[in-house]
Amino acid sequence: MRRRRAAAAALLVTSLAAAVTGCGGGGAAQGSNDNPTTLTYWASNQGADLEADKAILTPELEKFEERTGIHVELEVVPWSDLLNRILAATASGEGPDVLNIGNTWSASLQATGALLPWTEENFERIGGRDRFLDAAVASAGAPGQDPAAVPLYSLSYALYYNKAMFEEAGIEQPPATWDEFVEVGKRLTGDGRYGFGLEGSNLSNNIHQAYVLARQHGGDFFDESGEPTFTDPGAVEGVKQWIDFMAEDGIVAPGNAEYAQNQSLQDFATGKTAMLLWQAAGTTFESFGMSEDDYGVAPVPTPSGTPGQGTEVNSMVAGINLAVFDNTDNLDGALEFVEFMTSDEEQAVLNAAYGSIPAVESAQDDPAFDTPALNVLKDALATSAVPLPQVPEESQFETAVGTAIKDLFAEAAAGREVTTELVAERLTEAQQQVG
Amino acid sequence: MTTTVSPRTTAPAGGKLPPAGGGSRRRPLLPERVRRGGLPYLLLLPALLLEVLIHLAPMAVGVWMSFRELTQFFINNWSAAPFAGLDNFRVAVDVNAPVGEALLNSFLVTCAFTILSVGASWLIGTAAAILMQDTFRGRGLLRATFLIPYALPVYAAVITWSFMLQRDNGLVNHVIVDQLGLTDDRPFWLLGGNSFVALLVVATWKSWPFAFLIVTAGLQSIPQESYEAAAIDGAGMWRRVRHITLPSLRPVNQVLVLVLFLWTFNDFNTPYVLFSEAAPEAADLVSIHIYQSSFATWNFGSGSAMSVLLLLFLLLVTAVYLLLTNRRRES
Repeated sequence: MRRRRAAAAALLVTSLAAAVTGCGGGGAAQGSNDNPTTLTYWASNQGADLEADKAILTPELEKFEERTGIHVELEVVPWSDLLNRILAATASGEGPDVLNIGNTWSASLQATGALLPWTEENFERIGGRDRFLDAAVASAGAPGQDPAAVPLYSLSYALYYNKAMFEEAGIEQPPATWDEFVEVGKRLTGDGRYGFGLEGSNLSNNIHQAYVLARQHGGDFFDESGEPTFTDPGAVEGVKQWIDFMAEDGIVAPGNAEYAQNQSLQDFATGKTAMLLWQAAGTTFESFGMSEDDYGVAPVPTPSGTPGQGTEVNSMVAGINLAVFDNTDNLDGALEFVEFMTSDEEQAVLNAAYGSIPAVESAQDDPAFDTPALNVLKDALATSAVPLPQVPEESQFETAVGTAIKDLFAEAAAGREVTTELVAERLTEAQQQVG
Repeated sequence: MTTTVSPRTTAPAGGKLPPAGGGSRRRPLLPERVRRGGLPYLLLLPALLLEVLIHLAPMAVGVWMSFRELTQFFINNWSAAPFAGLDNFRVAVDVNAPVGEALLNSFLVTCAFTILSVGASWLIGTAAAILMQDTFRGRGLLRATFLIPYALPVYAAVITWSFMLQRDNGLVNHVIVDQLGLTDDRPFWLLGGNSFVALLVVATWKSWPFAFLIVTAGLQSIPQESYEAAAIDGAGMWRRVRHITLPSLRPVNQVLVLVLFLWTFNDFNTPYVLFSEAAPEAADLVSIHIYQSSFATWNFGSGSAMSVLLLLFLLLVTAVYLLLTNRRRES
């Protein structure tokens, strides 16, 4: 009897322990130069898979070692793990020296104080702040503070369209306004094919699109003091417009509501949908067997048809930033490495390999970036892209509002009406969660 | 518990064996009583230390965190996080505010899910084990087949389910809609209300082989003569199960149901792989809800408070369960 009870108790403790998680470490140390010959680098997954990234980065890191004698330990971290890994590293103080971050996380990570602030002095050591695109630097931390990272790869959204399907439907030009977009979308919808495709369960993508649409309606999700304003009328309109492509206009297949793993790219490449809003989708289309001649690339539509600033923005500033952990034990080496990665030469090599755009203006002159598709992305970045809110709560915003939009797509897909009131209600709940 | 008896020939410190036969014994360093009683504890010590290190220490840290305002502003230096008193708990249990309301909803979903999943797993597992009791051709093969879901890595198994449950290209809808024609609409399984059913099916599919395995093992200890005697008395299959099998399995079932309950209630992998970052409301299990409340919103104090509440609830349920089942057996 006693034995059984003790066994049960041991079992119980073991099982319960799974319910409670703990973190280790804590305590922030300042950077030093105790370990000048090695660096650890966490790269984000930019290529087709982790191995592709290793193949692209390794020769460049060897080049760096040849020049400086510093050996770089590379680890490519998948996107699904990256933020959690960074949080764990922040909490434990055991992290890499240099790392890639999604640029929308910049302000949230900046608030933790774990990343090296890019003061004028630090910027000088890598060639100065002016070398970088303004829009890209604006997405590296909260306004008025020293950026928490420097831009590495830049991207923006474009409208991809299937040339053959457009021709078949007698459409000569890609739509420039949203009215045209919906009209064209309806003409392309039918016989099991749809005018437009999206990823309804992909939280980040929902946020990217809804944010730009909200700005086009004169709204925003945060006010100037950084307080959440999710129920701002413009924000509600923006979210509703994004849902309405499925709910009201019917140009999106209901099944897209559960897409989250780039299924919409596959649908586009296999001719099931005629239009897509995406960033640098070329290599993925190719992997699904679609050749470059089969699709066209145009600016994302705006209310008036002419992209610009204010209510005519047509993309968020997408991209990857490079950050240095504040407690690095090779500060000089880390700065040298950032200088190397943002040099004109490396910017050209790496961005060409990944299909992105250099965050350094002078590197954009390289002929590799003078293709029709990349010129559309470059123009948007230079003139009509807007960074996502650079506030500490950005990460919570993406989760809460992204989930609300996912749920609204589920409603729309089930054939229920999505009213302005319903959208406002869901956004109110989301705002209460962010607190 | 302490029934192990240390053999009298245990070598004292120094490793010398006592002289064989007749010779006078050396005085042991420790009195016989302490040595006898102490050895089991000594042997248990490494396990105990590891237990404290691996399980209890993180739990203690979790409890500490639940009383702190551990948000993104403090994770870099979390010993400096301000004391929050009971604030985190107050927010978690205030069911009139959104955070508490969502937690309550998640808790109720988890309770319903656990009861149904454990019930179904136990029923299927026990039925299968009883049917596999008699020898017949192919029994070994069938038994091995039944254990496959339990042997597969969780991620691989559940991601396969998530492909099968896709609305447009999934196997499940292909069978239901295209082949059997049961409905005209293609239902969503990973969104909305159906997601509860999907989660339940996948979780049960994954856990019933464990029930099967444990019950099969338990059946081995029931003497065959009892069945033979019952058969001579004219008892049919059902009566034999009711009057011999189930009562004999009671101690096994007691542990089995408890373990299944705790595993199912705490299940994180299945919903996380099935629904990725944002589980639908109907399938928002409490473990994934807590994950969202800490990792997605970077409020580890609040997430820890919810974990502590969950821990207290599970402790309570387990204590009551053990008390009730023991009393019933003793009476």
